[in-house]
Amino acid sequence: MADPIIRVEGFTAAYDGQVIIDDITFEVQPGEVFVILGGSGCGKSTLLKHLIGLYAPAQGRILIEGRDLATAEGDDRLAILKRIGVMYQMGALFGSMTLLENVRLPLEEYTDLPKDATEAIARMKLQLVALRGFEQHMPSEISGGMKKRAAIARAMALDPRILFLDEPSAGLDPITSAELDQLILKLARGLGITFVVVTHELASIYAIADRVIMLDKRVKKIVATGKPAELRDGSTNPWVRQFFNRQAESA
Amino acid sequence: MGVSDSMSAGMDVQEQGDALHFVLHGRLDAETTGALWRRAFKTLDGSRRRLRVLDATAVDYCDGAGIGLLVELRRRAGAEVEIRGLAPQFRTLLDLFPPGGAEPLAPTPEKPSLADETGRATLAILRDLRHQTAFIGELLSAAGRALWRPGEIRWSDALRVAEEAGVNALPIISLMGFLIGLILAFQSASQLKIVGAEVFVSDLVAVSVVRELGPLMTAILLAGRSGSAFAAELGTMKVNEEVDALVTMGLAPVRFLVLPRVLAGVLLAPLLTVYFDLVAVIGAAVVVASFGHSMVTFAHHVQNALSVTIFVSGTVKALAFGLIISGVGCQRGLETGTGAVAVGVSTTRSVVAGILLTILVDGVFAGVYYALGI
Repeated sequence: MADPIIRVEGFTAAYDGQVIIDDITFEVQPGEVFVILGGSGCGKSTLLKHLIGLYAPAQGRILIEGRDLATAEGDDRLAILKRIGVMYQMGALFGSMTLLENVRLPLEEYTDLPKDATEAIARMKLQLVALRGFEQHMPSEISGGMKKRAAIARAMALDPRILFLDEPSAGLDPITSAELDQLILKLARGLGITFVVVTHELASIYAIADRVIMLDKRVKKIVATGKPAELRDGSTNPWVRQFFNRQAESA
Repeated sequence: MGVSDSMSAGMDVQEQGDALHFVLHGRLDAETTGALWRRAFKTLDGSRRRLRVLDATAVDYCDGAGIGLLVELRRRAGAEVEIRGLAPQFRTLLDLFPPGGAEPLAPTPEKPSLADETGRATLAILRDLRHQTAFIGELLSAAGRALWRPGEIRWSDALRVAEEAGVNALPIISLMGFLIGLILAFQSASQLKIVGAEVFVSDLVAVSVVRELGPLMTAILLAGRSGSAFAAELGTMKVNEEVDALVTMGLAPVRFLVLPRVLAGVLLAPLLTVYFDLVAVIGAAVVVASFGHSMVTFAHHVQNALSVTIFVSGTVKALAFGLIISGVGCQRGLETGTGAVAVGVSTTRSVVAGILLTILVDGVFAGVYYALGI
């Protein structure tokens, strides 16, 4: 097996002394679609924010391609950040810029490409997420699903090796959600991008996940790791089976 | 004892030995239950008998409010109360709240002691101070870097902000400046007239506006109009995770978002102040003209009263005020927590802190200018 692209070792997350995630360890392999799932409030988004370096772990460490984002500074930190892209839950597109300008921004900031080149590359990225013709639209003029696709295009601007997606299906209709799943698979299989996806949408999980980890807020730990179908049918943890079979707690 | 029609609810109270029976009828919904609720509990509180039976046989309809009444009566009177005759479709709703299952409400947190509150407030002030110091450090570092590499400044953003905060502010600045000049001229004229020195209205207005009122009033307008807009815009970006997106792209929010706004603020404040001064003097000129003095006399007095020192002292102050207001607005915006309320809080704090700091710094300027003999 290849070296893991992400390695999380003994990671603990805490806010104001309150532990949210307690001492978890896992690895993500290059090129896989890795899904972090769990019920509401289990710390999925917290884990994601630590993975992308917005917060530092209370304990343990997170290595992206062998480098620790939390302790890296200056150019070292920048080098790691250029290897990752993030799609936030609501897209987080810059409202004062067109879609093209949003996607061009990382290219303008980090490359010395001429203006026509950054524009051409940004157009290609938008085309890749099926947003051709919407280059001059403002984020406020497009739908929620389009915003998410544009955010993926922006996250891919510098051709990162890892894309982090926070709740890509949230607030989308089933068809748009399925289209987004197809896009993720296309990019993962076609471009070899590693995806780390936070979601609790079962349909998406079955469609895209190579492997999942499941967090449980009661124990604040990973309670299951594996392929979704295996966990649905073979997990010994009743809560995990309930989750994958979409059963109410009392069922 | 009670009556009801098809659109109302009623209750009969029956006393049997030491037991109370409430016989409910009609439609128990959010509109009708209120009166019944008050009456039921008043009866319960005023009676020595215990509630034993809630007869709902004649209840035609029951929504959440009606079920709430039944559940609450049962909770108050004890689990032994029999709820009789409730139609099956409403019984399903009632069964969601088994007797005795209700957990007590979490106790209201105890009011912190004075010492606690003082400690918390002190810590909050120290934390705020630390954030402000870090922010000023980051801003200075970004500004220093921008001096060497002006290409890194997002000039397009700075120009957009300058247009919104500057050009678009001209009408309100014009109105305010004109009125302030007019009012100041009338007020001073009423006093100067007593000693026959009406003609010195122009001197008084020109000096007070250029030296003090111009920079201060423009700063207050900027704080209310642009400082708050910076805080709201950056606060909304924070809430929408746009600031997080910048950070994960490796772009420093201070360089990317704050520097263009502060630059615009620092450049605009003196320009708007000069414009305010000019319009205020025109306002004063209108009053002086109405007294029958010629514009030549007015211009002559203004020219004599003002000096380059006075003009520069006002402009330097305006520059400092612009820095304070735009800096505070951006800092409060970037400190926004989560949710729409947090944006409102940041906006308010930006205006309050901006005006307060402006007046404090104005006081410092007054002392320094006095010491320098300006």
